[in-house]
Amino acid sequence: MSSMQFGIFSVSDITEDPTTGRTPTEHERIRAWVAMAKKAEEVGLDVFAAGEHHNPPFFSSSPTTILGYIAAQTERLILSTATTLITTNDPVKIAEDFAMLQHLADGRVDLTLGRGNTGPVYPWFGKDIRDGIELAIENYALLHKLWREPVVNWQGKHRTPLTGYTSTPAPLDGVAPFVWHGSIRSPQIAEQAAYYGDGFFHNNIFWNKEHTERMVRLYRNRFAHYGHGEPEQAIVGLGGQVFMKPTEREAKERFRPFFDVAPVYGHGPSLEEFTEATPLTVGTPEQVIERTLSFRDFAGDYQRQLFLIDHAGLPLEEVLEQIEILGTEVVPVLRQEFDRVRQPGVPDAPTHAARVAAAREAGTRLGEQGRAWQEQGARSDLDTGAAIAQQAEDAR
Amino acid sequence: MSSPRIAVVSAGLGEPSSTKLLADRLRDATLSALTAHGQTAEAVDVVLRPLAQDIASHMLTHNPSEALAAAIAEVVDAEAIIAVTPTFNMSYSGLFKSFFDVIEEGQLASIPTALGATGGSARHSMVMDTAMRPMFAYLKAQVVPTGVFAASEDWGTASGLDRRIAREGQELADLMVALPRRRDADPFDVESEAFVSFEQMLGHA
Repeated sequence: MSSMQFGIFSVSDITEDPTTGRTPTEHERIRAWVAMAKKAEEVGLDVFAAGEHHNPPFFSSSPTTILGYIAAQTERLILSTATTLITTNDPVKIAEDFAMLQHLADGRVDLTLGRGNTGPVYPWFGKDIRDGIELAIENYALLHKLWREPVVNWQGKHRTPLTGYTSTPAPLDGVAPFVWHGSIRSPQIAEQAAYYGDGFFHNNIFWNKEHTERMVRLYRNRFAHYGHGEPEQAIVGLGGQVFMKPTEREAKERFRPFFDVAPVYGHGPSLEEFTEATPLTVGTPEQVIERTLSFRDFAGDYQRQLFLIDHAGLPLEEVLEQIEILGTEVVPVLRQEFDRVRQPGVPDAPTHAARVAAAREAGTRLGEQGRAWQEQGARSDLDTGAAIAQQAEDAR
Repeated sequence: MSSPRIAVVSAGLGEPSSTKLLADRLRDATLSALTAHGQTAEAVDVVLRPLAQDIASHMLTHNPSEALAAAIAEVVDAEAIIAVTPTFNMSYSGLFKSFFDVIEEGQLASIPTALGATGGSARHSMVMDTAMRPMFAYLKAQVVPTGVFAASEDWGTASGLDRRIAREGQELADLMVALPRRRDADPFDVESEAFVSFEQMLGHA
């Protein structure tokens, strides 16, 4: 068990290598992800998180398929997402797909929910982008229910009602996969994560530390407000973006051509300006260690650190080298240093085993209410809406 | 309490700039009209030329430089703005538009505003009504009725430029006194009544 989890996340872009003019095929990039994930496990990283997109130049339209394939070829790696679109995916299908993945991976699964930032994806999937927040809230309320109640009766605004619906397979050991709510700028999503006592993943790779601090602080305070513990006990994840070589000069020389024309931030600020303004660190492993340790200064003790290392056309061999350096030189030091300064009482990063043990203790595993699974329709005492109404009544 | 601030945004590219000159004159007219109301204000210059590259970078990365973040803060935190642009191709300059494009939506709603523009000849003066006013209407700013357009020739003739500047400054001062801006609550301020709790959000959902 480790107090913090370290890993890599990818958006799945297919981008020309600007130093060679060569663009990898979809097939090559898909296979590259598998190679990256296996390498991550081999060098001792904890997490591989897959993005989800439904338009070129991205390939990752079907994260549970590739994560299932990776699960079969790994033993310890946690398979996660960055992010799963809670707005345009049917929450019923998310419940089914990730529960299936959870079984196949023996619990090595969690997911990060996000709204997506590509306008046309909403109409392509029959939704309206103006409903983004509302969809995130309603769909997750249903997903949360599907993973906790044996038989669900449900009615909402954005999908067809459910009567007597049982999501299959039930979550492994009766415990839902851990959920992170990802948000770059919406306080509503920090509030949502806090309300459920779920994790909050702030992908800060394009943002300054003042912004990150404000988002994380809101989540932590509201986590406490909703009675899940102290603010310091909230579960926080952060992004990062690194490129390393033995010297800073080599790192910058090699990375700069990719940086200068990268999708998203290319043709904009200089590498130096962007390094100053965001978590991007291009230099030695020691510099990456120092920078990453500084995240704690504004985010507090946190549970998950994911690095972006494979975008902007970087070739696979370069990416594998970055994973190697992370696993052998950076993460061991980070584990040690973060642990040394970690405040007592800060929870460990979530794992399936720990969640099953906690649920067993609390008696909240699905199916623990006798033969509820077979016999019973939706119960008002398990119904989210009724529970909230009851809370409001109690508060009066 | 510190005195209210007026942000004076000018998008001139030359140095010296007639756009900045018009902005200065509108500022002085507003301050003296405020004095007549028995009020004081502090004016802060927000000159866009040195921020041009930062504005372009911000559009690409959504990450403002320190200097740009400070300039945006001056504008959105002000009690009033004076905004002056040169006229390019029948409209405000791209730099002027881009600066307001990187300010988050809603941040300028209800702010008392005086507009000005400069151009080579009076034939460009429609920019006030065809470009400037529609944009600030979209931003939901409160714009005063007079908008001064200064053509090059206005600086050397008795064209009534002084009179128009004085009138616009008077209007802005009157508006600041009569209809000061309202501010939206900070969405991160959990103490504010406008903060939407998750129970409320679930109720909408």
